[in-house]
Amino acid sequence: MRTLKFLLQKEFKQIFRNKALLPLIFVVPIVQLLILPLAADYEVKNINISIVDHDHSTFSRNLISKITSSGYFRLADYSNSFQSAFNQIESDKSDLILEIPQGFEKNLVRENEQKLFIAVNAINGVKAGLGGAYLNQIITAYNADIRLQWFQSDKFNTAPVITVASSNWFNPFMNYRFFMVPGILVVLVTMVGAYMCALNIVKEKEAGTIEQINVTPIKKYQFILGKLIPFWIIGMFVFSVGLFVVARLVYGIVPVGSLLLLYGYLSIYLIALLGLGLLISTFAETQQQAMSVAFFFIMIFMLMSGLFTSLDGMPQWAYIIAKCSPVTYFIEVVRMVVLKGSGFSDIKNHFVIMIGFAVLLNGLAIWNYKKTS
Amino acid sequence: MADVELHNIVKTYNKGEVKAVNDVSFSVNEGELFGLIGADGAGKTSIFRILTTLLLPDSGNASVSGFDVIKDYKNIRSSVGYMPGKFSLYQDLSVEENLNFFASVFNTSVKENYDLIKDIYVQIEPFKDRRAGKLSGGMKQKLALCCALIHRPKVLFLDEPTTGVDTVSRKEFWEMLKRLKQQGITILVSTPYMDEATLCERIALIQNGKILSIDTPDEIVKQFPENLFAVKANDMSKLLNDLRKNNEIKTCNAFGEFHHITFQNDNENSHNELIHILQKANHQNIELKHITPSIEDCFIKLMN
Repeated sequence: MRTLKFLLQKEFKQIFRNKALLPLIFVVPIVQLLILPLAADYEVKNINISIVDHDHSTFSRNLISKITSSGYFRLADYSNSFQSAFNQIESDKSDLILEIPQGFEKNLVRENEQKLFIAVNAINGVKAGLGGAYLNQIITAYNADIRLQWFQSDKFNTAPVITVASSNWFNPFMNYRFFMVPGILVVLVTMVGAYMCALNIVKEKEAGTIEQINVTPIKKYQFILGKLIPFWIIGMFVFSVGLFVVARLVYGIVPVGSLLLLYGYLSIYLIALLGLGLLISTFAETQQQAMSVAFFFIMIFMLMSGLFTSLDGMPQWAYIIAKCSPVTYFIEVVRMVVLKGSGFSDIKNHFVIMIGFAVLLNGLAIWNYKKTS
Repeated sequence: MADVELHNIVKTYNKGEVKAVNDVSFSVNEGELFGLIGADGAGKTSIFRILTTLLLPDSGNASVSGFDVIKDYKNIRSSVGYMPGKFSLYQDLSVEENLNFFASVFNTSVKENYDLIKDIYVQIEPFKDRRAGKLSGGMKQKLALCCALIHRPKVLFLDEPTTGVDTVSRKEFWEMLKRLKQQGITILVSTPYMDEATLCERIALIQNGKILSIDTPDEIVKQFPENLFAVKANDMSKLLNDLRKNNEIKTCNAFGEFHHITFQNDNENSHNELIHILQKANHQNIELKHITPSIEDCFIKLMN
C-alpha cells in the first residue's frame, strides 16, 4: 500500500509537470465538445439549386419562391436551358437541378397533372439524399396547397385518406445536439483514457526508467495500478466536466436518468479502456508505435460505434465489428440514461458485457506484460 | 565467499543467431571491486542484465548474494543496486524527488542511509530542486549512483558508468567507488576503457561474449608472454608501414606516441638490426625502448 501511494504521488507530479500534456488532457476535450456537435449535424442546409424554368408562369414562380424561402436551398442559377444548369453541377456550383417543363401552369390547370424533373449530384450521398427529399417535400406541399385552393368547397373527401400524426419521444424537438453531445463525450473520454495510458507506460520504456523500476521490489501489480489509477481519475474528471459544464451549461442537456448509474457504468468502462491502453503499451516499444496503434483503434471506435451512423443500418459484418467495441455499449448507455432515463434493469446486459471487456482486456494485457518481461 | 557467481551462462538473441554471452563463468568475492573489460558489443550489458534479473539466460545458472537469478529474483531485486549505462531516472522529477522516490520504493528513507551517499550527495545537493533531466552528464552520474545506493545494497552493478564522462569526473568517480568498497559493498563495474582496468582489484577481459582472461591487473600484465618494445620516429605512419612489412617483427600496433612491437627472435642482435634497417629507410630520431605491457596490450594479444 505504501509503495502504491508513492507511485501515485510520483505519477501525478509527472502529469501536472508536463506542460504539453496538461492542456491536452483538460482543455482539448472541452474545446472539441464545443466544436464537434456543431459540425456533426445531419441537417443539410445551403443546398445549391439550379432551376431550369421553361414556363415562366405564375405557378412556376410560386414554386421557386417556395423552394428558396424554405431555408434549405440557395438559388445558384436560374435559366432556361438544362445544359447551362448541368454546367453548374459540373463546376460544382450547384447540387440539384429542378427542371420545370414548358406549359407547366397550362397543363396543371387544364389536365390536372404535370411532371417535374429533378437531377441530383450524388457525389456527396448525404447531401444528395436529403436535398432530393427536401425538394420532394416542398413540391408535395406545394401540390397540396394548389389542391386546397381549387377544391375548397369540397367538404368531404371523395377518396379515403390516412393522416399520420407523429410525436418525437425523448427528444421532442429532434434536437440533433441532444443526441450527439453525449456520444461525442464518450469518444473524448475514450481518447484521453486510451492514449494517455498507453503513451505513459511506453514513455517509461523509452526513457529506460522501467528497467530501474524492475530492479526494485516494486511488484508488477503495484506498477500497473500506479499507472491505471491516475488515468481512471482523469477520465472521471474529463467526463464530469463534459457532462456538467459543457453539456449542461452550453447545450442545456440535463440527464434524465440516474447519475449514480451513469457513473457506475463509466467506472467500469474506464477500467476496460485503460486495459486496452495497457495492452497497446505491452506491444509497443516507442511512443510513436503506441500512438499509431491507438489511433487505429480510435478511428474504428469513432466511425463504427453508432456515434454518427445507426448500428441497425450497418451490413452484418460491420455490425459484428461494432458489437466488439466497448465504445458502442457506452455510447448506447449514455444516450439511454441521459435522454431516456433508463434504469439499471434496462442496461443490465450492457453492464455484464462491459465487465467482460474489462476482464478480457486487462487479463490479456497482464498476460502479455508477463510474457515480454 | 563469492558474492556473485556465474556458471556457463549462455544468452542468444534473434533465435540463436547472435551469441551475446557464450558460456561465461566467473565469480566475484565479497567486498571486491571487479571489472568487466571489453569493447562495445562484447556482451557486458547482457551479463549485467542477467545478474540484475532483467534478462533470463538461455542456459547456465547464476547467483547474487547467494540468491539464484531465476528462482529468487525477488530477493535479488531488493538487495542489489543497479546503475544502467543509459541514464534512466525520472527526468521530470527533481534530484531530491528522485532520491526520495527510490528510497521509498525500497522501504527505506534517505535519512537512514545518508552516511553512505553523503560524500556523493553533497556534490549535487546545491541542485536538489533541479529536474534530473536538466543536470550535466557528471551530475546525472552522481545522482544515479546515489539512487542505486540509497537502500544500502550488498552488491552494486555499474554498467559503463564512465562512458561519456570527462576525465576529471571519471577520476572522481573511481575515487568514490574505492570509498564505497571500504564500506564492504561488492562492486561489479563494466567499462570499455582499458586504463580503468588497473583501478579494479580483479578484471575479466571479455570479447564477443567469451571471457579471455580473469585475474588481477598485475597478474594479467605478468602473463604477457613476450618482451614489449616501444618505437618512435619522426614519420610515424611510414614507420608503422615499414614495421609491419618487416618479417622480424611479430606484432605491431599503434599506441598514441609510440608503436608497440614484439620480435620474432627476441635478442640484442635483432634490436640493433631493426634500428639499422629503419635508419636505412630514412627514419630520423629513432627511439627503441623496452616497456612493461599495459592491459590494452594484453587485451590485443589475447584477442588475436
